[in-house]
Amino acid sequence: MTPRTEAQEARNRSRRHLSERRMEDAVVGEASLAESVLTTPIVRPYGDTTGDGMVQVSFTLPLPHDKRAEGAALQLAAKMGMEPAILVHAKAIGPKFTFFVVYGSVTHLVDVREVQVVEREYDLLSAKDTNAAIRKHLRRKLVVVGACIGTDAHTVGIDAILNIKGFAGEKGLEYYREMAVHNLGAQVLIPDLVNTAREVRADAVLVSQVVTQRDAHIHNTQAMSAAFREAFPKGKVPLLIVGGPRFEEGSAGTLGVDRIFGRGTTPGEVASYLVHALVNPPTPSRKGA
Amino acid sequence: MTSRARRLLDLDPATVRRARTLARRAGKPVVDLAKAHTTVSVERATLRLAGLSGADHENVPWVNHLVDAVRDGVGLEHGVTTPVWDALARGEAPDLLTLAQKASSGGVSFRQPEKADLTRARRNARRDVARGIRTIDRQRATRDRLITKHGDPKQKPWVYLIVATGDIYEDIPQAQEAAREGADIIAVIRSTGQSLLDFVPEGATREGYAGTYATQENFRLMRAALDESSKELGRYIRLTNYASGLCMPEIATLAGLERLDMMLNDSMYGILFRDINPIRTFVDQRFSRQIHARAGIIINTGEDNYLTTADAVEAAHTVTVSQLLNEYFAKEAGLADWQLGLGHAFEIDPAVPESFRLELAHALLARELFPQAPLKWMPPTKHMTGDVFRGYLLDGFFNLVGAMTGQGILLVGMMTEAVVTPWLSDRDLALQNVRYVMNAAGGLTEDFHPPRGGFIQQRAHQVLAEAIELLEEIATDQGGADPHYPQPLLEAIADGTFGAMKRPPTKGKGLDGVVVKADGYDNPAVTLLEEGSTT
Repeated sequence: MTPRTEAQEARNRSRRHLSERRMEDAVVGEASLAESVLTTPIVRPYGDTTGDGMVQVSFTLPLPHDKRAEGAALQLAAKMGMEPAILVHAKAIGPKFTFFVVYGSVTHLVDVREVQVVEREYDLLSAKDTNAAIRKHLRRKLVVVGACIGTDAHTVGIDAILNIKGFAGEKGLEYYREMAVHNLGAQVLIPDLVNTAREVRADAVLVSQVVTQRDAHIHNTQAMSAAFREAFPKGKVPLLIVGGPRFEEGSAGTLGVDRIFGRGTTPGEVASYLVHALVNPPTPSRKGA
Repeated sequence: MTSRARRLLDLDPATVRRARTLARRAGKPVVDLAKAHTTVSVERATLRLAGLSGADHENVPWVNHLVDAVRDGVGLEHGVTTPVWDALARGEAPDLLTLAQKASSGGVSFRQPEKADLTRARRNARRDVARGIRTIDRQRATRDRLITKHGDPKQKPWVYLIVATGDIYEDIPQAQEAAREGADIIAVIRSTGQSLLDFVPEGATREGYAGTYATQENFRLMRAALDESSKELGRYIRLTNYASGLCMPEIATLAGLERLDMMLNDSMYGILFRDINPIRTFVDQRFSRQIHARAGIIINTGEDNYLTTADAVEAAHTVTVSQLLNEYFAKEAGLADWQLGLGHAFEIDPAVPESFRLELAHALLARELFPQAPLKWMPPTKHMTGDVFRGYLLDGFFNLVGAMTGQGILLVGMMTEAVVTPWLSDRDLALQNVRYVMNAAGGLTEDFHPPRGGFIQQRAHQVLAEAIELLEEIATDQGGADPHYPQPLLEAIADGTFGAMKRPPTKGKGLDGVVVKADGYDNPAVTLLEEGSTT
């Protein structure tokens, strides 16, 4: 077939290249489909063959759709480590923009040994076990205050964790008999949050930041943690927890909080963490649970 | 459409009448309550109609200064206009703006005039407020003229797209581009947080969080830009904003003055989801809806929100209940059927068996209950997981329900919902999705007749029956927690009937801005709106 566009040309070229590459050996240490993935630390993306390294990306360039724009898209793909790249789709969005879908093999290798993750440091408990642990060891209700602070009016996150209705099939913290939950709702001022936490003698303060722009979630959280440190004597500050899709795992220290929860966190996870962090003595660790 | 839709579900007309009767029974006492009160924002809106605008160097609007000064001086029980126009007649200041400026530093003494002075103040106030009402009338006439000239969208549903950059000068090109790509309605999302501001910001704004502030100048700039687009594209592009939150009456007024075409305006959203005081909300809402009625603005109600917090199958009937209440409150305020963009949404968990058929049943029920209303069909958000490919498919099914059930306004779903604010390419892909479905299946309404007694009919009947049950509960709610507020609907709101949120009438934001009217209360705006007069 005679290629009509640069995109088709590139596609044909890389198809040839790929079929050649499939004949090559996988990188040393790379898992093939037959092997256990866990035993090999070096991986590449998997399209339909071990070692093909195939990824797909889509993006828009501020260029009118023509051959130059298609060349520019392939140049970007090359700079992203896609070699060869196949331009599978290009479409004008208005007169000034072009949308591209590019498939290609990335030259990068991933060493799983270098990946750092925050492992869950606590055991997941059922609601019943959580209640039992609080009753047995704390011998009073565990007091939780929750709020959205700053301009964020989106209570979906805090409500998913606190409301009885809950999230992902798990009931919210209000459902836990041994917890006293105060959900202050949206756009709560930090001083009000601090005062309420003091009034109700909060063990833990949960703050949600869902919608954010220009790092507002970070600034708000830092202001919040600073206010708590100022208002409470050292060692008496309630456990500070923030949740939201934009927080980086591992940034709790810089934010001045005890724990961050990200997207998809369920009420049960938060409840289990509260037990882990607040209820003494800590439940014996059951590794591998 | 009407009779065809009616045949589709075989709803019993007596049952439908019963549902409306119950909605009226629940709503009427609240309307009476709303009529007995005014709010700072209603009074400020009245001053805006009389032409008072602008703000001091700290961006506090002059209408806020003047209303606060009158409230401190003589109270608002009689309305803000009588003391203000009395002060003008007494020569305290040559005009409204100067009076507000003087009053802001405590330089004006207000009084409640009597006899001839009272008559004079009222007459002058009415004269000046009527100018604002006539501006709204003129803007409505302009809209009608432009629609005749450029035309309405060729297809139904109308395609509704959101822009939200925070910067009005960034919004404008995005909105114009969206219109070129096929959007019929542009909604400018407000900055998060505006709903709880007790003043309307001034001027063109470039700083907003996840949205752009609703200001008179931003309204004007965007409407002018879309007028250009309408001319370019040969169809009238409608503009939408939000009349909600603490400044609902003022924003509605500004929308009327600047010819916005649709406004989000729900009867209970602010109470439930923003913890705004229920009485404040109902008073503000009634005034804002009277303005919308006059301005020819289509309101969009917010029933989709119930489904984002509750389960869309279990809570399906709460949507119907809210639609019926919204309809009652809207019609009481003078809105016509064509102005009722009653909301509902495609939010059933896709993992639920027969979820698509359930969605069809719910959407048809709304269509059939409100045959003349341009229903607003809202895309999936709750079950958009970040898997953009699956999300694109869900949006396709959402569009298909919209096409099959004759929805009036279709809010375009984004596959990147819950991931990022929509990119240029997201919008383009989303509009391709809509166009594909409309082209491929737009005529399916003709072939689609769910069988009598089948799954869809049964489900629709069940939801309606549950809605009636809930309305009965609400209309007879006599918990009586607060003897000062015997209204059953308020009782239901207080005890958590809606969205599992308890909102008592004595709590919530904005309560301090609610004032009980005295016998001699006068508001020329309300008089003009209720009489339909222009002078």
